[in-house]
Amino acid sequence: MQKVYSKIESISGNVITVKATGVRYKELAVVGSRYGSSMAEVIRLKGDEVALQVFNGARGVSTGDEVRFMGEPMKVSFSPNLLGRIFDGSGRPRDGGPELADTMVEIGGPSVNPAKRIIPRNMVRTGIPMIDVFNSLVESQKLPIFSVSGEPYNELLARIALQAEVDIIILGGMGLKYDDYLFFKDTLEKGGVMSRTVFFVHTASDPVVESLLVPDIALAVAENFAIQDKRVLVLLTDMTNFADAMKEIAITMEQVPSNRGYPGDLYTQLASRYEKAVDFEGSGSITILGVTTMPGDDVTHPVPDNTGYITEGQFYLRNGRIEPFGSLSRLKQLVNGDTREDHRAIMDGMIKLYAAYKESLEKKSMGFKMSDWDEKLLTYGQLFEKEMMDLSVNIPLEAALDKGWEILGGCFAPEETGLKSELIEKYCRTKV
Amino acid sequence: MVSVEYAGEATMNEVCYINTGDKKLKSEVIRIKGNVADLQVFEMTSGISVGETVEFSGELLSVQLGPGLLGQIYDGLQNPLPELAQQCGFFLERGVYMAALDDKKEWEFSPTVEAGARLESGEQIGFVKEGLFNHWIMVPFQLDGVLTIESIAAAGTYTINDVLAEVKDEKGDIHQLTMVFNWPVKRAIKNYAERLKPEETLITKLRIIDTFIPVAKGGTYCIPGPFGAGKTVLQQITSRYADADIIIIAACGERAGEVVETLKEFPELIDPKTGRSLMERTIIICNTSSMPVAAREASVYTAVTMAEYYRQMGLNVLMLADSTSRWAQAMREMSGRLEEIPGEEAFPAYLESLIAAFYERAGIVRLKSGDIGSVTIGGTVSPAGGNFEEPVTQATLKVVGAFHGLSQQRADARKYPAIHPLESWSKYKGIIDQKKTEYGRAILFKGDEVGQMMKVVGEEGTSLDDYIIYLKSELLDYVYIQQNSFDPVDAAVEPERQLHIYDILIGILTAKLDFAGKEEARSWFNRVRQNFLDYNGKKWKSDEFNNLEKTISELLDDKKIGVEADAESLWAGESRRG
Ligand SMILES: Nc1ncnc2c1ncn2[C@@H]1O[C@H](COP(=O)(O)OP(=O)(O)O)[C@@H](O)[C@H]1O
Ligand SMILES: [Mg+2]
Repeated sequence: MQKVYSKIESISGNVITVKATGVRYKELAVVGSRYGSSMAEVIRLKGDEVALQVFNGARGVSTGDEVRFMGEPMKVSFSPNLLGRIFDGSGRPRDGGPELADTMVEIGGPSVNPAKRIIPRNMVRTGIPMIDVFNSLVESQKLPIFSVSGEPYNELLARIALQAEVDIIILGGMGLKYDDYLFFKDTLEKGGVMSRTVFFVHTASDPVVESLLVPDIALAVAENFAIQDKRVLVLLTDMTNFADAMKEIAITMEQVPSNRGYPGDLYTQLASRYEKAVDFEGSGSITILGVTTMPGDDVTHPVPDNTGYITEGQFYLRNGRIEPFGSLSRLKQLVNGDTREDHRAIMDGMIKLYAAYKESLEKKSMGFKMSDWDEKLLTYGQLFEKEMMDLSVNIPLEAALDKGWEILGGCFAPEETGLKSELIEKYCRTKV
Repeated sequence: MVSVEYAGEATMNEVCYINTGDKKLKSEVIRIKGNVADLQVFEMTSGISVGETVEFSGELLSVQLGPGLLGQIYDGLQNPLPELAQQCGFFLERGVYMAALDDKKEWEFSPTVEAGARLESGEQIGFVKEGLFNHWIMVPFQLDGVLTIESIAAAGTYTINDVLAEVKDEKGDIHQLTMVFNWPVKRAIKNYAERLKPEETLITKLRIIDTFIPVAKGGTYCIPGPFGAGKTVLQQITSRYADADIIIIAACGERAGEVVETLKEFPELIDPKTGRSLMERTIIICNTSSMPVAAREASVYTAVTMAEYYRQMGLNVLMLADSTSRWAQAMREMSGRLEEIPGEEAFPAYLESLIAAFYERAGIVRLKSGDIGSVTIGGTVSPAGGNFEEPVTQATLKVVGAFHGLSQQRADARKYPAIHPLESWSKYKGIIDQKKTEYGRAILFKGDEVGQMMKVVGEEGTSLDDYIIYLKSELLDYVYIQQNSFDPVDAAVEPERQLHIYDILIGILTAKLDFAGKEEARSWFNRVRQNFLDYNGKKWKSDEFNNLEKTISELLDDKKIGVEADAESLWAGESRRG
């Protein structure tokens, strides 16, 4: 049953309050103003005072406008008709196609019972050595790219999406620049995957709060595909915009901020989205790749910091390269034991030496004389950056491992590598 | 948070049920003011409406204690997750609560007292066999004074709810005892004779810990570290290899996937000591980050209560909580909703005392039976921005007995386990003679200093002697402090082997070595390192192991010209090796 109220008591930021009864927490409402209608969600009930957050923003809403309660929480239509379609941040068509209303499913639903998850086992091959060798991506992983604006994070996202063997791709855009939106559309169309892709795109010019719905809508759709045995890849860019929208609401609601104005439940809020990544026992999976831009290039900023504690690793994208330090795939050990026996040794050994190279580089920059050992490390480090780190390199894992031995063999004596003798004998063909 | 007007009485921490739609949502009273009680709801709160009714249960938030806890996977409120999955499928439906223990299962009961015996709470009336252990059936901890056994069941099979004994208290009231009773999670179980000082090392089989920064049975320790530094892996390794009878894992507010690894792998893993699956000695309390926050707050208490319960049976229990910061954040979220005056970083002002009270529940105790039991608590801390100067880390450091601080730099350089060897500390006793560990530590310290100096004056400005100290510290770090958890041999190192190889290392660290120059020194240390690394991967006392040991000692003999003066006293009282 729908109830209509036509007296808004207060408007502050993007939050309005009305006096109403029989309203449920998290219920959806429509606020009609002369600039068009907007959806709103109940975020606090206090006696008969109901606070709602208005997704299109409260700008232009007047005290005499109508608030219509829908009697149910936010839902999104779910059916195969979604495929190939483009929607805005609250699920309305953006591509001129018809509005969808069949089988409405709830968004932000309950979490998966951990007992119904399985241990992920499938490696997602990307052809990028910094991922495949050093930080393997795994089906059902949740993993953001940590970066700053100007870096090609959306390009990297699209490249992985095209390379990954998945059934369905869902793009959730939050504050996405219009150009980037067009870039994704073009790239996925050219890659021939648009017919199994769904877009939920909130662009930079849309009201900020509207981006709050994007992850929940995208993930609800993903979840429904996944329990129909589909392998789904969800791309979320940029989650920092989502966090900032939450911060805005929290400040309006006068919540006590915990850190730089962000609400104390930032961790829980982000986790409830990222934890939707799952490999279902006996069914499909959801893999989440996100983008988290770091304000001020500061990884200790609350958004990247909380994200890092939630996700299963992160790729640091800096100067157009995936940095070995700070980048991490927490699931890599689930898959890199069965690729090739030298995989783990190369993975750790090359990074240990790269760390030593960085130290030599520092010494050199301070004008110290380079020892033989330093010189070896310098040669090694440059080769590593060129042959492994450069994003233009696109080779299969096995070729990358061989390349690793080639670099090591060309630079060091066996005992300088810190690797086990058996492996060196078996794989290292070039001896000094 | 939900506020409710009540008539009659309300108790702090009482459990209530909110009637919303066709569901009853479990909640707990967290503040009472006049005739309004504030409730934290252990479920998603969407759909609740003003005017709905609330039932007060009169009971505090409790767990059920009895045989059958081992091997279980519970959520923070002791709902068995596999059973929930059977009933509800993929998702955690709210408002569904299930019995914690199987009331159909039959247990073989052996009484150990006779009618007329006089007992106090916590004392034993008999036992059932639960996996490897005698699970003692005890007089419920909340019964006061001396109780007289009126009747006791004969040996035989019973289910958990069968009456096994009747006891009369000092007032003359009769109580019926079964195998189970409830205990409020936020109250410590103290039905023992005496609390003792934690002195015995709890072996973890990680070299850096057992040798340098040990944990004690009945002690406490914390593992703070930035994300990705290795807190969870460290706890996973510990839960596999640590020398405790029972392991209780509280997966508190972090990733579900990590718990899944444990709960799917443990049933398959055989504990070499007992020949039984690891799951048989494990309980998992799993309230991961997307599960309701209020239940997360309860989950660490649920876990520690079970730990205390098994301690009452004379067992050594290790409880691992990952992460205590998420528990603290859950309290922060509630405190924020209660609009309490916030302390630092918006944590509640009483944070410190709650953390202290939690770790106080660890301890080694002498029971009324004379047996010794212990609860050891290890908690990870996830400091914001990886900065240890924050309320949760600081409050924890004040109360724990050992600090295993993880370092981002060491993790970046893949120096695992990335525990910082110099900044970490422990108040407990390790497995190796302290003089020798001090010597190793001093080498690490001096090596670090030389390393820092080299960054300022360069390698050419460093003396050969200093450079050798630096190489010694690097060797100790590479082959002893670092340990490969994915190598079948290196993953878990028995104390015997730790003692043995540490002695060999000390032989190298204390040796005066004869090198013509730095290049020669570096290359010699590289060769020693290479052999040591291979040696670490060989089975204890195998031929290959012995051969490599010989190679290492030959390498040493080749360059050794004496013993450093500061090392002379190390072997005092020991017959000197050749
Ligand atoms: N002892 C170790 N040996 C090898 N790799 C490790 C070790 N500890 C951590 N790692 C690597 O680092 C990743 C993150 O470790 P984790 O324990 O999950 O970090 P944290 O809990 O501190 O965030 C792991 O997934 C693994 O790849
Ligand atoms: Mg962790």
